[in-house]
Amino acid sequence: MDLATIIQILDSAMRLATPLLLACLAGLFSERAGIFDIGLEGKMLAAAFLSASVAFATNSAWLGLCAGMAASLILATIHGVASITFRGNQLISGVAINFLASGLTVVIGEAWFGLGGRTPALAGPARFQEIDLPFADALQGIPVLGPIYHDLLSGHSVLVYMGLAAVPLTWWILFRTRFGLRLRAVGENPAAVDTAGVSVVGLRFAAVMICGLLCGLAGAHLATALGAGFVKEMSAGRGFIALAALIFAKWRPWYALGACLLFGLLEALGNRYQNIDIAGIDVPTQFMQALPYILTVVILAGFVGKAIPPRAGGEPYVKER
Amino acid sequence: MTSASLGPSHTPALGDEGLALELRGISKAFGPVQANKDISIQVRRGTIHGIIGENGAGKSTLMSILYGFYKADAGEIYIGGRRTEIPDSQTAIASGIGMVFQHFKLVPNFTVLENVVLGAEDGAMLRPSLAKARKLLTDLAHEYEMDVDPDAVVEDLSVGLQQRVEILKALYREADILILDEPTGVLTPAEADHLFRILRGLRDQGKTIILITHKLREIMEITDSVSVMRRGEMTATVQTAKTSPEQLAELMVGRKVLLRVDKAPATPGDTVLEVRNLQVVNSQGVEKLRGIDLDLRAGEILGIAGVAGNGQSELLQVLGGYASGTGSIRIKGQEIDLTGTASDARTRRARGIAHVPEDRQREGLIMDFHAWENIAFGYHDDARYGSAFHMDNAAMREDCAGKMERFDVRPPDPSLEAKNFSGGNQQKIVLAREIERDPDLLLIGQPTRGVDIGAIEFIHQQIVALRDRGKAILLVSVELDEIMGLSDRIAVLFDGRIMGERLPSETDQGELGLLMAGMSGEAA
Repeated sequence: MDLATIIQILDSAMRLATPLLLACLAGLFSERAGIFDIGLEGKMLAAAFLSASVAFATNSAWLGLCAGMAASLILATIHGVASITFRGNQLISGVAINFLASGLTVVIGEAWFGLGGRTPALAGPARFQEIDLPFADALQGIPVLGPIYHDLLSGHSVLVYMGLAAVPLTWWILFRTRFGLRLRAVGENPAAVDTAGVSVVGLRFAAVMICGLLCGLAGAHLATALGAGFVKEMSAGRGFIALAALIFAKWRPWYALGACLLFGLLEALGNRYQNIDIAGIDVPTQFMQALPYILTVVILAGFVGKAIPPRAGGEPYVKER
Repeated sequence: MTSASLGPSHTPALGDEGLALELRGISKAFGPVQANKDISIQVRRGTIHGIIGENGAGKSTLMSILYGFYKADAGEIYIGGRRTEIPDSQTAIASGIGMVFQHFKLVPNFTVLENVVLGAEDGAMLRPSLAKARKLLTDLAHEYEMDVDPDAVVEDLSVGLQQRVEILKALYREADILILDEPTGVLTPAEADHLFRILRGLRDQGKTIILITHKLREIMEITDSVSVMRRGEMTATVQTAKTSPEQLAELMVGRKVLLRVDKAPATPGDTVLEVRNLQVVNSQGVEKLRGIDLDLRAGEILGIAGVAGNGQSELLQVLGGYASGTGSIRIKGQEIDLTGTASDARTRRARGIAHVPEDRQREGLIMDFHAWENIAFGYHDDARYGSAFHMDNAAMREDCAGKMERFDVRPPDPSLEAKNFSGGNQQKIVLAREIERDPDLLLIGQPTRGVDIGAIEFIHQQIVALRDRGKAILLVSVELDEIMGLSDRIAVLFDGRIMGERLPSETDQGELGLLMAGMSGEAA
C-alpha cells in the first residue's frame, strides 16, 4: 500500500466519520445531562431529508442546513417534552422518533417529489462544496507532508471542519464553563442541582436542544455534502453506531473523536476493498461492509472495558420530599 | 442576602430581634392527608433547636416548605423578623437557609470543590469560580475545624466527610440557619460526636441550627430548645434543660411510653447456635466476614453491634440461607450446609431458623401483595395452607386475621396490600409470620428501623417474650441503644471480624463505640 492509497482511505474515513462524530457529540450532550437518546438516528434522517429538500428548492446548501437543523430541533423538542416535562420513558420516546422520521421522510418525499422517497439530485450551490485550505496547492510539492495537507486535511466540506471544531468546543463547554459543570451534575445527581437552586428541567432541555442542533448538522452533512440528495433510510444506522461510539468513548469528547474516526476508517476500508484475499481465503464484500456494524456489536457487548454511564441517565427526575 | 451577625458568643437578645426564624400557622395538605396543621415555631438566633417526632409526623414536610420544595397552603414565614416568601430553593438559599439532607445531595464523581461551587458559581467561566471557592473553603474549614481536601472526589470520602462537605456547601452560600435532617443516621458514634462539636462551634459563631431527629438522646445532648411534632401538629416547644426523654416520648406518641426495655435476667439453656470460623466473600470478591466465632444459647439474646456495612448483612444472609460461606455452623449440635442445594432458606426454616430480614420491604415482604399473601410466604408448603397443588386462600386469610390481632397490626385488614401499612405495622406482619412458627433460633435484623416509638415498644416486648419462652435470638442492629437495651450479650462486628464481646451491664456506649470503630477493646 503506498502513501497515496493510505491518504485516500484516510481522507474517505474523515468524510465518513463526520456524521458519526456530530451525532456522537449530540448524544454526549444529551446523555451527560441524564437523557438517553436513541432517537439520534431519526433526528439525522429528518434533518437529511429536509435539508436536501430545502437545498433543492432554494438552491442553497446553507438554507438547507438551517431547515435540517430545524427539523432535528422539532424532534428534539418532542423528545424533551415527552421525557423531561412528562417524565416518560426515554427509550420509548426515542424509538417513536425513529419510526416517525423513517416514515414521514418517505411519505412527504413522495408527496413532494414523486421519486419514491428520494429527493432530486443536488448540484452546484445546493451542495456543500469542498474547501481548499490556504496554501494547499503551494505546499503540495513537499514530500509526505504536502500530500497529507493537500489531500487529507484540505478539500473537505465546511461541515467536516465544523465537526472537528465541535470536539474541543464540547470539551471546553463541559469542563471549563459553569453550564458544563451543571450539565454534568444533572446527569449524575439531579437532586444536587435542584437543591442548589438550579432548574433541572431547564438544564436538561438545553442539553436536548444542543443535541438536536448537532444531529441537524450530521443529517445535513449526509444529504448535502457526503451525498447529493436524500435517499430513503440514508442514515443507515449511523445514529446507533454513534451511540456505540459514545459508549466506546466513555462519554468524553476527545475519545469520541477517536472512536468515530475508527468507525469511519472501517467504513472507508469496506468501501474500498470490496474483495480482499487473506491467506488464501477470499473475504466477501458483505463482510467488509459489515465491519462497522460488527464493531458496534462487539462494543455494545462490553468487550472494551468498563464504561460507566452518567448515573442519573434514563431516569426522569422526580423531586422527593 | 441576610447578613450574619458573627458575634463571638451568642448574646441572648430580647424580642423579635433575637429570632432567626419564625413560622406562623403553617398548614400543608397532600390530598386528604394533612401533613402540617397550623404549625407555629420560634427559633432564637444562635441556638440549636431540635424538632422531634415520629416518622410521618410532618417534620420533613415542614422543612421542605422552609426550603422552597413545597408551598404551604397557609401560614407565614419570618426570617430575621422579616416576612419572607419562599417559592423555590434559590430563594431559600438567598434568605440564608442551608439544608443538609438525610440523603446527601452531592455529585459522587465531582471533587469537593466542584460540589461546593455547583449552583453558586461567580460567572460563566469555571476557573475563576473554583479559584475563589478554594480560598473561601480553606478559610471556612479553618474557621470551623472542618478539614477536607478540596480536590478529593466525593465518592472516595467517608460518609462523615461527605456530610461535612454538605455543611461546607451551606456555609459557602452564607447560610445563617442550618437545617440538618436526621444527620446521625449514617454516622459512627465517634463521627456523630465530631458532628456535634462542629454544630456547637457553629452555634457559638452565631449560626442558628435546626436539628431534625427521632433520637431522644441527641435532642437531650445537643439542643437548647426542642419542638415536638405529632401527626402534623406541633404539640409542644420546651427548653431542653427543663424536660426529660420520658416527657418528650410521651409528647411524641401521645401516651406514656416505656423507653427502657423491661426484662428479667436471662436464664440461658443449651447451646442452639455454634458458628466457627465463618468466612464470606461477596460477589465482588470482597471478604465480608473474616472468620467469625459465635455461640448462642436458648433463652438468650445476642446483639451484634456495628456500623452498617461491616458484615452484619452477610452474617444474616448466610444464617438465613441466601448466601454461601465457608466454615462451620451447627444448630443444636447438627452441622448445616453452607453451600449447595441444602443451604437454601427453606432448608434453614426446616431446621428451626426463622428470619426477620434487615430490609423488610425488599427481603421480608412483597409490597404489592396483600397482607394475607405475605403472611404465608416461605410457609406455603404448610399443610394448613392447602395441599401440594391447591392453595387454601381462605385458610390463609383466617390465619392472617388471627396473627394481625395478636400482633396488634393496624389496620387489622388481611386484604390490604403490604405497601399500605406503616413501617411499624409492616414489621409486625413479618414478626408475626416468623415468631409464630415457634423457631429455635430467630434471626432479626434492624427490628425497629423506620418504626415509630410506640411500635418499637411492642416489638421489643415480643422479642423479649420469645426469649423468655426459651428461644435463641440473634439481633443485628445499628442502633446502639437498642442493642444495649435488648441484648443479654453484645458482640461488636468491625470489618468482618468480632472485635469483642461484652455484657451490657459491664460496658457503655463509649467502649462499644470504640470497638465499632475498630479500636481494640483491650486498649480502650
